[in-house]
Amino acid sequence: MSADETGLTFLDRPNSYIGRSVPRPNARRLLQGRGIYVDDLKLPRMAHVAFLRSPYPHARIRGIDTAAAKAAPGVFAVVTGAEMARVCTPWVGVLGHFKGLKSAPQYPLAIDRACWAGEAICAVVAASRAEAEDAVALLAADLEELPAAVEMERALDPDETVIHPDLGDNLAFERLLDVGEVDAAFRDAAVVVEETFQVGRHTGVCLEPRAILADWDAGEEKLTVHHSFQAPHMMQDILCKHLGLPEASVRVVCKDVGGSFGIKVHIYPDEMATVALSLMLKRPVKFVADRLESFTSDIHARDHRVKGRMAFAADGTILAAEIDDLTGIGPYSVYPRTSAVEANQVVNLVGGPYRHRNYRARARVVFQNKTPMCQYRAVGHPIAVMVTEGLVDLGAARLDIDPVEIRRRNVIPDDAHPSTAASGIRFEQLSHQAALARLVEMMDYPALRAEQAALRARGIHRGIGLATFVEITNPSAAFYGVGGARISSQDGCTLRLNPQGGVVAAIGVTEQGQGTEAIVAQVVATAVGVPMEQVRVVTGDTDATPYGGGTWASRGAGIGGEAAWQAGKALRQNVLVVAGAILQADPASLDLRGGRVVDAATGTERMPLAELGRIAYFRPDTLPPGLQPEFVVTRHYVPKDYPFAFTNGVQAAWVEVDPDTGFVRLLRHWCVEDCGTVLNPQLVDEQIRGGIVQGIGAALFEECRYDRTGQFLNATMADYLVPMAAEMPDIAVAHVVSPTLSSEIGAKGAGEAGTAGAPAAVINAINDALRPLGARVTSQPASPEVILRALGRV
Amino acid sequence: MDGASMDRVRDVTLWVNGERVSRRVAVRTHLVDFLRVELELTGSHLGCEQGVCGACTVRVDGVAVRGCLMLAVQADGARVETIEGLSDSGAIADLQAAFHARNALQCGYCTPGMLVSAAELLAANPAPTRDEIRAHISGNYCRCTGYHAIVDAIETTAAARRGEGGAA
Ligand code: FES
Ligand code: FES
Repeated sequence: MSADETGLTFLDRPNSYIGRSVPRPNARRLLQGRGIYVDDLKLPRMAHVAFLRSPYPHARIRGIDTAAAKAAPGVFAVVTGAEMARVCTPWVGVLGHFKGLKSAPQYPLAIDRACWAGEAICAVVAASRAEAEDAVALLAADLEELPAAVEMERALDPDETVIHPDLGDNLAFERLLDVGEVDAAFRDAAVVVEETFQVGRHTGVCLEPRAILADWDAGEEKLTVHHSFQAPHMMQDILCKHLGLPEASVRVVCKDVGGSFGIKVHIYPDEMATVALSLMLKRPVKFVADRLESFTSDIHARDHRVKGRMAFAADGTILAAEIDDLTGIGPYSVYPRTSAVEANQVVNLVGGPYRHRNYRARARVVFQNKTPMCQYRAVGHPIAVMVTEGLVDLGAARLDIDPVEIRRRNVIPDDAHPSTAASGIRFEQLSHQAALARLVEMMDYPALRAEQAALRARGIHRGIGLATFVEITNPSAAFYGVGGARISSQDGCTLRLNPQGGVVAAIGVTEQGQGTEAIVAQVVATAVGVPMEQVRVVTGDTDATPYGGGTWASRGAGIGGEAAWQAGKALRQNVLVVAGAILQADPASLDLRGGRVVDAATGTERMPLAELGRIAYFRPDTLPPGLQPEFVVTRHYVPKDYPFAFTNGVQAAWVEVDPDTGFVRLLRHWCVEDCGTVLNPQLVDEQIRGGIVQGIGAALFEECRYDRTGQFLNATMADYLVPMAAEMPDIAVAHVVSPTLSSEIGAKGAGEAGTAGAPAAVINAINDALRPLGARVTSQPASPEVILRALGRV
Repeated sequence: MDGASMDRVRDVTLWVNGERVSRRVAVRTHLVDFLRVELELTGSHLGCEQGVCGACTVRVDGVAVRGCLMLAVQADGARVETIEGLSDSGAIADLQAAFHARNALQCGYCTPGMLVSAAELLAANPAPTRDEIRAHISGNYCRCTGYHAIVDAIETTAAARRGEGGAA
């Protein structure tokens, strides 16, 4: 963090809330069931929509007979794709900075062709969801099943179905990178290891499904959209564009959101259709995905096959890495962020923690007739970390070097920053060495190794897995803006001082449970100098907050927090100017602490803030002429020095594998990470823990399973396994603190770290347990079946 | 339209959070939909509608049940308690305070159901181990927290009720 003009940092502020584990003020109502999620809202004349969805992965829509559905009880309207296309224009999910990325126009309702099983092809609006569903069952769709391109490995074969003939082939995007002398490094290496890794397709499974309630008021010409979403301003912009509405006519409100994790930051056809229906019918229309719809139409993620190799010198020094990544993204690149980002991040992040200078990568992104794929928590990271850390462990085993030791020898040293990884990503300040040292101490690594050996002698197979990682946070405009996406990387915070000394903070970053509002309140209370209870935070309303990007890519604390800090300092300054005039003192000799104007040197109270508010608002006539109190201030912030504020960390898993059943028991899990300044330790730790369990889900349980024809086989919560409490371990979290100098508060993000590193740690731990048995797993999820196959027992 | 259509209705009378409620309901209406839509008690949530996620957990005649697996007509004559009633009565105030202090919730969507399950455990077992806590709440899915903080909060509440350590 950098000091402000007074030479002080925020840590020097009296009564600082920064760095304290204060509970989230907005959590209390959630605990009482008083949250307001979209499905909790009821509006006058509200209607409900249900969709007919394609049962086929690929089908021509010859026609839909809507007569019976239109006549069904409670039905207000039945709308087909062609009818809706008159109201809502299509979109194409490409961006300029992904050269060559292509996709096809996508409509809210498919018109001629459905391209995945689950794509909406017709909408029924009725008085209740149940009646809408009843009527959907009466739609007679004449569908001709078409050959489907299902397997990503076959997507580019000459005889495979080309999903969008206009595009020529199924290759959406390809990126090549070749840095240094890769061939020479592999030629001269003492040891070369090679492996193919598979990361299964999985999805977010937010407990609250996607939900949207659109309310077009034809009298006021105002569209109000209540949305379970992460980026209200982005949604507003897109609604304007595709529905032909002026910005002033569109308000997007994102109140309570029941989990998002990147799922609720994309444009979904069924949600666009719901908004269009509200315009068409001039009444509120609600859509809440049921769980089957969630599974088949929420974006999926991962689904990568990566061939990787790594070259080592005899002392374990990593000399070079090479990867070839293939990923299938479904039939469309998702709008507006595109589906090229994950593969791109894999290329950027492989080898990220290490010093080698030679790196070659190829990533290919292909179309297939499955649910569209896009960014989900920790985009690309878990894949890159699994590949990198899997190869490092292979090298360590071949060279008989301890896994901790080989990492110690290869990480970019803490004193070598700023630095650049072989892939070109830039690091301001990382702390791999300190984090590794802290981890080893925290888990008592030598003792654990001894325990492992002792148990091994008794036929108990336990393993320790490590995963070092870097994490992308605080994205600048380099992430999306430069490619032409109208996604804000800047955020603003507006503060208003009220007469009684309360402060209202309106901010562009949003809350989905991470604790955004709490940390904004902490920062504002500290910066202004008022008790935290006096701060009310407003988020998630395009009519009420400054323009901003919302919350994604771990930007809430680092970007929103800095905007709040700058706004708070400015408001305090404005207050002290007025206080100086009233008290006939130099404003520089005063301060605001605990809601009181005090003498800065002695801390003696000069006047309560409420008294100052009374004078400024109700008796301005008593102020000196020419002094106009300005008690509303806005400040914005966007990171400019670096494209991203990279953080780093290391995780370790301690597991037991039963070679007879293939079951894995998670015994302990540790994480040390460095998100810079920790604004609220408890909130950061819980972000890490939640992220780790999401990563464990991917490592062991979660997979969207498809058959050869492109049918999704396990689209229910009974069949798609998610982590539940009984299987999860206790998780220890610790921090190294390297604040970013790009902002005064110095906070970086922490939302991706857990999910980034956990799968690799767990997979490496399983392999550590299996090593003496001569088996090795290379795919996620590492289900009992995968483990038994690796052991040759099935 | 089949036999489960909207026009098959029945009259029910039940006690919800201590209040007597009489309504005519479609027989196919689930208890949780009845509570949410008809009575506007939106604290009980829907996550899967098939009994797996626990978001809809409410108390019926003192027992924690899945509101999505029970029909409203089956609750005729029953005493139903939802998160709203449990909150207003103060019955689980210590548990809620412990969840708050420990940040055992993020988005809060699982929380009402989680609290009902946790309260049931604490009523039956005043000194549960961490493993017992984990086992008991393993029918309540939480995507946000990773469960550790929830286990902590339940453990703290149990200890406080036994008079060990301060309530959170
Ligand atoms: S909604 Fe009832 S258990 Fe999931
Ligand atoms: S707090 Fe979000 S699902 Fe539990």
